[in-house]
Amino acid sequence: MTATMRPPASACPACAAAPAAVAVAAQAPQEAQIALSLPTIHCAACINKIEKALNAHPGVISARVNLTLKRASIAAEPEVTAEDMRTLVERLGYEAHELDPGTLSSTATDRAGRALLMRLAVAGFAAMNVMLLSVSVWSGAEGPTRDLFHWISAAIALPAIAFSGQPFFANAWAALRNRQLNMDVPITLAIALAVVTSVWETSLSGEHAYFDAALALTFFLLAGRYLDHRTRAAARSAAEELTALEVPRAIRLKPDGTEETVPVAALAAGDLLRVRPGGRMPVDGEITEGTSEIDRSLLTGETVPVFAGPGQAVSAGEVNLTGPLTLRATAVGTETSLHRMADLVAVAESGRSRYTPLADRAARLYAPGVHILSALSFLGWYLATWDMRTALNIAAAVLIITCPCALGLAVPAVTTAASGRLFRRGMLIKHETALERLAQVETVIFDKTGTLTAGTPEPENLDQLDRADIALALALARGSAHPLAQAIERAALAAGIVAAEVSDLTEVPGYGTKGLHQGHEVRLGRASWVGATPSDKTATFLKREGKPAIAITFADRLREGAEEAVTALQASGKQVYLISGDSAPAVEALAQRLGIGKWMAEALPADKAARIAALADDGRHVLMVGDGLNDTAALTAAHVSISPASALDAARVASDIVLLGGDLSPIADALRTAKSATRRITENFRLATLYNIIAVPLAMAGLCSPLIAALAMSASSITVSLNALRLR
Amino acid sequence: MNVLVYLIPISLVLGGLGLGFFIWTVKSNQYDDPEGDARRILSDEYDDHPKR
Repeated sequence: MTATMRPPASACPACAAAPAAVAVAAQAPQEAQIALSLPTIHCAACINKIEKALNAHPGVISARVNLTLKRASIAAEPEVTAEDMRTLVERLGYEAHELDPGTLSSTATDRAGRALLMRLAVAGFAAMNVMLLSVSVWSGAEGPTRDLFHWISAAIALPAIAFSGQPFFANAWAALRNRQLNMDVPITLAIALAVVTSVWETSLSGEHAYFDAALALTFFLLAGRYLDHRTRAAARSAAEELTALEVPRAIRLKPDGTEETVPVAALAAGDLLRVRPGGRMPVDGEITEGTSEIDRSLLTGETVPVFAGPGQAVSAGEVNLTGPLTLRATAVGTETSLHRMADLVAVAESGRSRYTPLADRAARLYAPGVHILSALSFLGWYLATWDMRTALNIAAAVLIITCPCALGLAVPAVTTAASGRLFRRGMLIKHETALERLAQVETVIFDKTGTLTAGTPEPENLDQLDRADIALALALARGSAHPLAQAIERAALAAGIVAAEVSDLTEVPGYGTKGLHQGHEVRLGRASWVGATPSDKTATFLKREGKPAIAITFADRLREGAEEAVTALQASGKQVYLISGDSAPAVEALAQRLGIGKWMAEALPADKAARIAALADDGRHVLMVGDGLNDTAALTAAHVSISPASALDAARVASDIVLLGGDLSPIADALRTAKSATRRITENFRLATLYNIIAVPLAMAGLCSPLIAALAMSASSITVSLNALRLR
Repeated sequence: MNVLVYLIPISLVLGGLGLGFFIWTVKSNQYDDPEGDARRILSDEYDDHPKR
């Protein structure tokens, strides 16, 4: 996903945009691939109804609904648009959203998962067959029968291990080439040594062969790898879907003045673009026509909308609120300020790169220990008996017994269980070590706008106003789609107020609405437009001709679960901070409302990151929860980070965990789950070590038969998996 | 014990068939939509001429 976010930087924006335009043009005459997200489908009837309706459309070549992913993929004639398909499905009564098929690149991970599954299947098949043959050897087969069974085992085991063990061999080789040791080095060595000594023993018609152990080892370890891969693939596909929901399109004005809808990738600097009210600026640009207000909260955290008129520069990511605007693009694609900011984040040292995963820490202790033990037992036996064959046999037994079979399962089994649990509560764990890092957190920093607050304003002082004034404000507010106007409308209607009569209602984009009430002009809008003194709070003003203006002030609505999350975090002894780019009074009001003692207002993106770096230098582990572009640097710098699904794509990419619902309350829960998951992981490591402590002396004393090796290995793997399932 | 001459190859071939079928199911995308496929089997509408 990161790759699609940041194409290589280019010196000329037009060159960067041109190949994309060519690619789009080349695709055009072929059939169109359309993907829809259908979050509400749940039954066989839904599949039937939707597929039938889609297939009945004359332009559709084929349509298939996937209930597991809650997605429909449609192949259609080029003239069919995703919008047609979406309205078609919505008319059937199902929620549908367009997905950008280019972003859904799950095929590559799919192929890796499939290859892993196939290796797992081959290893499982071979392990079972060899185990059956071994059982007869253990129960007393002798002489030629034993040799025959050993040879058959070898014939099955050698190709199976050569095929299934490849991921370990490749990883071990890569680590050795960098002069490092990882978990895969002892694994590879154990498998290789077991196979070599077993073949040698078999050729001398010896008693002990470890083919079953080598295969069981491969099978258990592959099972761990596969679990790990599945968890990560599921998280990646969900994260991709979030990105794909934002289809990057823009409305470009042709020279003759007509509009055309084009992908953002096809835009070039100098293009004229139309941005409708409610739309997001696709590129950096300069306003050439129209007035409006723009909401920059995702970029700066400010909640007060800013006036926008001709000549003013706008940045990609800002939202146009009232009037249609025409922009001349000045920077597109990777050159936009939004992308430059994302690049800055990529350069900054991230919290996650400083963290060493538990498994790696265990491997660092473990790998050298295993090799030394095995080498010592080889030397000891060789010096004691001067018998190469016995010494090698015992060295192989030690390696197999100590091989980190249970260690390979210890982490993936727990993370899979924990991620699944958190996913059901609406949290998407994107990074593999996010849970371990989350468990260490003792300081939580929240962003304000869009994180603790929902980003939708609510009028504060309606109850102090005259009902007649509110009725008038309601009438004027109805003429606008501005968020503040809509908030007044909602609150006034909820209070049971009937709109006053107003004629000649007109909206002046960027300023407000005006009309005639009982022959006098009335206005609802910005302070400067109605002649009032601006306040430092978010406010709009009602003005009747000849009377002083009345201020209607707004507070941001709290996000669902924000209060619960903050109280639960404080109750569990975490330090909670509030850092926002918004003005001081707004931040202070919210901090008091939620009982947060420490807050910081008017913070620039760099201030937020610096504050986190300072806390990290004090040895604290910081959890950052934020959504805006101004938070991305802080999200990256923090030990672990969470962003809501409504966050800007760049913020979601920078964070380790994404909250899928609008509710914040799972955060406190997640900290608890992460703690118990880490506890289970360490428990698993201890269990695995315990098995080793019992079995290794046996192996070194030469008392370890293949039967004991097989028992110890399977028993420890199963205990570890069961322990992982106990996770609450 | 001569029966082993038949039994071992037979068991290996049968197991191998199972493995082969499993690999075929993986290769032909039969695990892409487990939930949907479980429900589709309950549908009483038959499509004798699927478009693809």
